[in-house]
Amino acid sequence: MKKVLAGLVAAAALITPELAQAEKVVIACGSVGQEKELCTQGAQAWAKKSGHTVEIMSVPTDAGQQLAQFQQLLAAGSTDLDVVRIDVIWPGIVANYFIDLKPYFPEDVLKQHFQPIVKNNTVNGKLIAIPWFIEAGLLYYRKDLLEKHGQKPPTTWQELAQTAKTIVDAEKKAGNDKLVGFVFQGKSYEGLTCNALEWVDSFGGGTIVDPSGQVTINNPKAVEAIDFMASLVGNVVPKGVLSYEEEGARGAFQSGNAVFMRNWPYAWALANSKDSPIKGKVEVMALPKGGADGKATGALGGWQLGVSKFSAHPDVAADLVKYLAGPEEQKRRALVGAFNPTIMSLYKDEELLKANPFFGSLYDTFTNAVPRPTITGSKYNQVSTEFRNAVYSTLSGKGKAADNLKKVDAKLKSLGKNGKW
Amino acid sequence: MAHPATPINPGPGGASAPPEAPPPVLEGASALLRERTRAAWLFLAPTLVVMVVVAGWPLARTFWFSFTDANLTDMAASQFVGLESLRQVIDDPDWWTTVWTTFRFAGVSVVLETVLGMIIALALNAKFGGRGILRAAVLVPWAIPTVVSAKMWAWMFNDIYGVVNAVLQSLGLISEPMAWTAEPGLAFGAVVAVDVWKTTPFMTLLILAALQMLPGDVYEAARIDGAGPIRAFFQVTLPMLKGPLMVAIIFRILDALRVFDVFFVLTGGGTETMPMAGYARQRMFEYQEIGVGSAAASLLFAIIALFTAVYMVVGRVKLGD
Repeated sequence: MKKVLAGLVAAAALITPELAQAEKVVIACGSVGQEKELCTQGAQAWAKKSGHTVEIMSVPTDAGQQLAQFQQLLAAGSTDLDVVRIDVIWPGIVANYFIDLKPYFPEDVLKQHFQPIVKNNTVNGKLIAIPWFIEAGLLYYRKDLLEKHGQKPPTTWQELAQTAKTIVDAEKKAGNDKLVGFVFQGKSYEGLTCNALEWVDSFGGGTIVDPSGQVTINNPKAVEAIDFMASLVGNVVPKGVLSYEEEGARGAFQSGNAVFMRNWPYAWALANSKDSPIKGKVEVMALPKGGADGKATGALGGWQLGVSKFSAHPDVAADLVKYLAGPEEQKRRALVGAFNPTIMSLYKDEELLKANPFFGSLYDTFTNAVPRPTITGSKYNQVSTEFRNAVYSTLSGKGKAADNLKKVDAKLKSLGKNGKW
Repeated sequence: MAHPATPINPGPGGASAPPEAPPPVLEGASALLRERTRAAWLFLAPTLVVMVVVAGWPLARTFWFSFTDANLTDMAASQFVGLESLRQVIDDPDWWTTVWTTFRFAGVSVVLETVLGMIIALALNAKFGGRGILRAAVLVPWAIPTVVSAKMWAWMFNDIYGVVNAVLQSLGLISEPMAWTAEPGLAFGAVVAVDVWKTTPFMTLLILAALQMLPGDVYEAARIDGAGPIRAFFQVTLPMLKGPLMVAIIFRILDALRVFDVFFVLTGGGTETMPMAGYARQRMFEYQEIGVGSAAASLLFAIIALFTAVYMVVGRVKLGD
């Protein structure tokens, strides 16, 4: 008996150092579509491998509200959160609260990622986050409906409106009165900023604030773009889009009630999932141009992973980041959820291209994508809010784009004094 | 029984004066009173401490922040700027839009709630079978947390799957689905509707309680004098209900002026559909401007306090007795 006890004690002594090192890491990842599920799976795989435990923090679906939640936790110096998912527009806003990840990621690992994003995540020489996935706005359409009514995929917004109208009118006659033409993210939140920036850029109207910091939004092309979209609301575009976030638009499209949808790449995997009513009937392409001399564009989006500077165990947290942003996990997320990798070599992966045929062409979309004006630093959210409020007013019939954009122009000019944000 | 040498009405400090002034019996009573007062304070102390910690401290901090340029991106760098943050709020036309929205919301919803609450309370005050169950059922909307009921209504208002559109369309009242929470004009109505649905039971409850205190003989006298039910309501019930009604209304107005959740869940977006509290939140957390946001919050507090004071003076509302 004594021997057994001694044996147990010895065994316990062997195991204990292991146990003492097991830490609990709290991560906040996304909650749109199947993000939370995928993140949980990835984090659990890491936990199994490393012997640590992981907890997922719940976050709102709206990115702006997520930021508000994180800011409150971080400003209070909370240790409740270790790894945070950071939007591509946040680095200038949150840099103070994150550790420098350079010591954890050697140069050659960083080189595998899209370099503009790595640069975007570097604030004052500090690498505050590692790229996790990249996004750009895309156009989804109902292949079956277009074929049925002898229509071609549109190359311009004007064609899109025409095609949508033709199909909706024909379907209405046949008794399908639920069908609408085009849905996008029209609620007054960050998503509308992305959508409207795409319209403006596709018409050749620039990027709200140019890279040198000058306010450029009040120009005839931008006015034309927004007035054109406003003219669609109420006929091709249902008024309900004014309350849609990503999932609202996807709900309308995936239930088979819309011909066209603007959304991020994640919608691909869900639209083609087993129980989707439109499985196999969907095609995806770059967003249309704003007229014959416009350009095909998409708002550059994407999410990064950073480690809070208040984390009680930054080394362990950085290890989780390394795993989640690594090639193996990025590939899994791309296969299961159509989340675009930030590691360039994955775009040549046969298996990935088979699951997501549009990935190859996305590579070009990413290089043409329009970034949001992050030159505005910590004032970005104000700039974005002023811009989208003006767009929202125009879409909901309160004034013309010319007047509304003029007001934005004045406000932004007083916010960023002479381009010094 | 005052001694000619001592003043009839002893001034300050008179209580500790000559032993013959206060009779011994009274002294015993005041000792007891003092004892009771002390016990009361002792029992209240924990509550007061908790109040100061959870309400007083944040309030004081908010006031303090409103005199600084505190920013969430770097709280350590905040500086005292006097009234600058407050000036920024007052100069912002968006703030005044939210003030107007909030007061319009408070006005419309409280009027509707009072009228509906009165009608329902009068109905429930009548004697009929199953009255108990009905009274309990009426309270259900009030028992549901606002965030939950607002989300529930957001689904019902949805332009594609919403039951509101389905019902209205099948009744032939509208020809195509409406986006209830999206268009600023409709969204305001939708928010008021949800608030009325949720808070009418509260009004009903308070009015019903007041109705049951009314003496029956007054109505008998009114009936003998030949007053019909409508006349009895306006000349007997309403005047007697005035006090409790004014108190109930002020409760509701205070609640409505600091509204946040119904708007946030149902519309959650543009300035057109934002209450004052939403504006403060936006400045504080979306724009990281803790200083300016606190100034807006303090201003909100001041506006509500001022409004309450005016209401209580003009309406001669007494909360004390």
